[in-house]
Amino acid sequence: MTNFFVNGKAVQVDADPSTPLLWVLRESLGLTGTKFGCGMALCGACTVHLEGKAIRSCVAPVSRVEGKHVTTIEGLSADLTHPLQKAWIELDVPQCGYCQSGQIMSAAVLLAEIPRPTDKDIDEAMSGNICRCGTYPRIRQAIHRAADLNDGRRAR
Amino acid sequence: MSAPAMVGRREFLKTGAAAGGGLLVSWYMPLPSAGAGKAAAGENQVALNAFVRIGTDESVTVIASHSEMGQGVYTSLPMLLNEELEADWSKIGVEAAPVDKVYNHPVFGMQMTGGSTTSPAEWERYRKMGALARTMLVAAAAQQWKVDAASCQVEKGVVLHRATGRRATYGSLANAAAQLTPPAEVKLKDAKSFTLIGKPTRRLDTPSKTNGSAQFGLDVSLPGMLTAVVARPPVFGGKVAKFDASEALKVPGVKAVEQVESGVAVIAERFWPAKLGRDRLVVEWDLGPNAGMSTEQMTRDFAEQAKSPGAIAKKTGDPESALKTAAKTITAEYDVPYLAHAMMEPLNCVVDLRADSCEIWTGTQFETVDRANAAQVAGLPPEKVQIHTTLLGGGFGRRANPASDFVREAVHVAKVAKAPVKVVWTREDDLQGGWYRPMWHDRFAAGLDANGEPVAWTHTIVGQSIMQGTLFESFMIKNGVDGTSVEGAADLLYGIPNLQVDLHSPKIGVPVQWWRSVGHSHTGFSVEAFLDEVAHAGGKDPYELRRKLLANQPRMLAVLDLAAQKANWGAKLPPGVGRGIAGHFSFDSYVAQVVEASVAKDGAVRVHRVVCAVDCGTVINPDTVKAQMEGGIVFGLTAALKTEITLKNGRVEQTNFHDYQMLRIFESPKIEVYIVPSSANPTGVGEPGVPPVAPALANAIFAVTGKRIRRLPIRGSDLAENAGTKS
Repeated sequence: MTNFFVNGKAVQVDADPSTPLLWVLRESLGLTGTKFGCGMALCGACTVHLEGKAIRSCVAPVSRVEGKHVTTIEGLSADLTHPLQKAWIELDVPQCGYCQSGQIMSAAVLLAEIPRPTDKDIDEAMSGNICRCGTYPRIRQAIHRAADLNDGRRAR
Repeated sequence: MSAPAMVGRREFLKTGAAAGGGLLVSWYMPLPSAGAGKAAAGENQVALNAFVRIGTDESVTVIASHSEMGQGVYTSLPMLLNEELEADWSKIGVEAAPVDKVYNHPVFGMQMTGGSTTSPAEWERYRKMGALARTMLVAAAAQQWKVDAASCQVEKGVVLHRATGRRATYGSLANAAAQLTPPAEVKLKDAKSFTLIGKPTRRLDTPSKTNGSAQFGLDVSLPGMLTAVVARPPVFGGKVAKFDASEALKVPGVKAVEQVESGVAVIAERFWPAKLGRDRLVVEWDLGPNAGMSTEQMTRDFAEQAKSPGAIAKKTGDPESALKTAAKTITAEYDVPYLAHAMMEPLNCVVDLRADSCEIWTGTQFETVDRANAAQVAGLPPEKVQIHTTLLGGGFGRRANPASDFVREAVHVAKVAKAPVKVVWTREDDLQGGWYRPMWHDRFAAGLDANGEPVAWTHTIVGQSIMQGTLFESFMIKNGVDGTSVEGAADLLYGIPNLQVDLHSPKIGVPVQWWRSVGHSHTGFSVEAFLDEVAHAGGKDPYELRRKLLANQPRMLAVLDLAAQKANWGAKLPPGVGRGIAGHFSFDSYVAQVVEASVAKDGAVRVHRVVCAVDCGTVINPDTVKAQMEGGIVFGLTAALKTEITLKNGRVEQTNFHDYQMLRIFESPKIEVYIVPSSANPTGVGEPGVPPVAPALANAIFAVTGKRIRRLPIRGSDLAENAGTKS
């Protein structure tokens, strides 16, 4: 049994402790917003937050999160009001959409750490996330836009 | 209103109404398909035809006969329909069509998504379906009010009779409208009256793709469902000789290990035990005839074959004599490798096989073919098989498999699993699973006259046919020439008086398939890079030479001029930065691109900027056109700079994204897209952005280094300062 918190809720799962967190989230907890892309931490589709840091859940054994807080795309906001979600919608970033949960989760950590990221900051934070549809120009633009929206929120 | 899975459809309405352009619309009403997520959508909704349902709550559901794989059809198809229906756009939803002949592709005659054809093929039908539904809603209102339908108007989902001040919403009229006979003929708006078509419109699927709620095939779960992975032969054409499952079966959660048509399936409660089970499985393979195959040898063989002409695909004038009498001749050879589609969502397929039914959930581009193949494996008639098309986490052609490989296999697994089962491919399975873009060799010779202009052009192409053995073979292969092998080469737009394009189609045991832009993915590169060589050999500016050769191609010329103008062609660039241009006509659309790039001392290529101009006829959603060009450019740059599938001893050498690398955000250039306005019918946008970028980049690299790129992917080692000499 592994006990941890997902999106603020305590959960208990009965899975082999070596099972990657990704599959526990998707199959045991039904949180399918986190995606499988490579299984080797190469593509970022499975990115979630562990205690506020971005991790690749496809290579994180569930035993690693015992007692800790995990946030998935489903926990980012209840109603699409996170500035990244607003910016993503405003700029119509996704195409197929499969990688976008991971993109947004990586971007969320970036914005939490650097509220006004430069292009170089974006390159560094986002280079672990592949988008085969090629939405990179819009991801970059949307992160800048979300930073603007964040400023607006703080100003209020 | 949910119906049992396999009830036969009811022929509700049948009419053959010839629309303006001669498209015959036969339409009848399939019952709402049953299954996950479908029944709820059907609650309190009335179908006015097979393509639209109106809810008593004013909701409008558009039925999409094409799959959404990122290209935006779940927005553009509703836009087409609602241009005529004129419902409140904020009430529009979209749902994947069940498999039914009413949803067949109007041109290809089967249910499918591909060839950048959704907008061109559905341009008329979806508008017509919207117009038919609107006409019936208006007629229902007019009947209730006892007024002339012609005196009624519609506005945002409401029918109005201004003279009497009466109004009724679509939702309140839907049931009455459904009782009426649809008109035989409807008149569609002319382009001047469009209110939706041509306006940048937010995608309907974006919100669900930013909060994790979008449902892809891999996200489907059924009660009691098992998960399987399959061990497939390490060499194409190999077979299972024998296997030892004893260790695999010891993994807790593994339920069964069974031989299937494609290999050995490990069936478990969940993915992870299935994967661990497969790791412990011992299979002895009969490797078959391809165990010695290597792409290195194939490259040599292709070059050898190209020395003699193949089957003639195109011949004008007398290229042989023209080459002999030319003032100057140049030759060059180009090579491109096998490429995997590498969609971010690995292949997967859920099957619930029962004694007299088979239900399938998967992201597919090929419903009719998949259903026929699934039915054959299941031993059921096709009408007992239903496919629920989910969102596709990328397609690029791979999910339109002519053999339905991933669907057939899943039905085979379901037969032995004796429970609903999801077959999951890992990234390794995906990259090593074949069905690649073929590798190609292109050999050119050009003859220039005394003015340095090309008067002769010969092009010998060597590569596998992707149409051979498919149901398209009879109309795609003519006189030994697969049209998709020579597209973009045999239909060259440039005015060169003496031209020959010929083709060798070697038979090789590597399964090959259409890959975003198909044949254009190699001809776009080789033709446009060689034309740059011709321009330099003749002392011409490559843009100006293209202009001259396109004198009779106004649409191509217009995109070329626009791209050159927006990129400031001819203006000085910072030191170390080169500029290259290329244009390509594909899927009936015209695209030109200018690339600015630099090469570091170690040979590393940096793409700074791509300027793209496109003419794709009437634009439905400008933002989608822009997005598809951006995506096509990144896809094309990945092929130009990063990826190749190679084989050694019959085995694919690449396994995952560390050795099959995708372009990443830090390598992604600034992209500008400009659209040439047009009133012609819509043409393709999903694929035409891909072909021009690799040659434009190769030409930019030549401009800055003097080194020609004649094989992809571009290798930094070929470009390093101490490597090679100027060509």
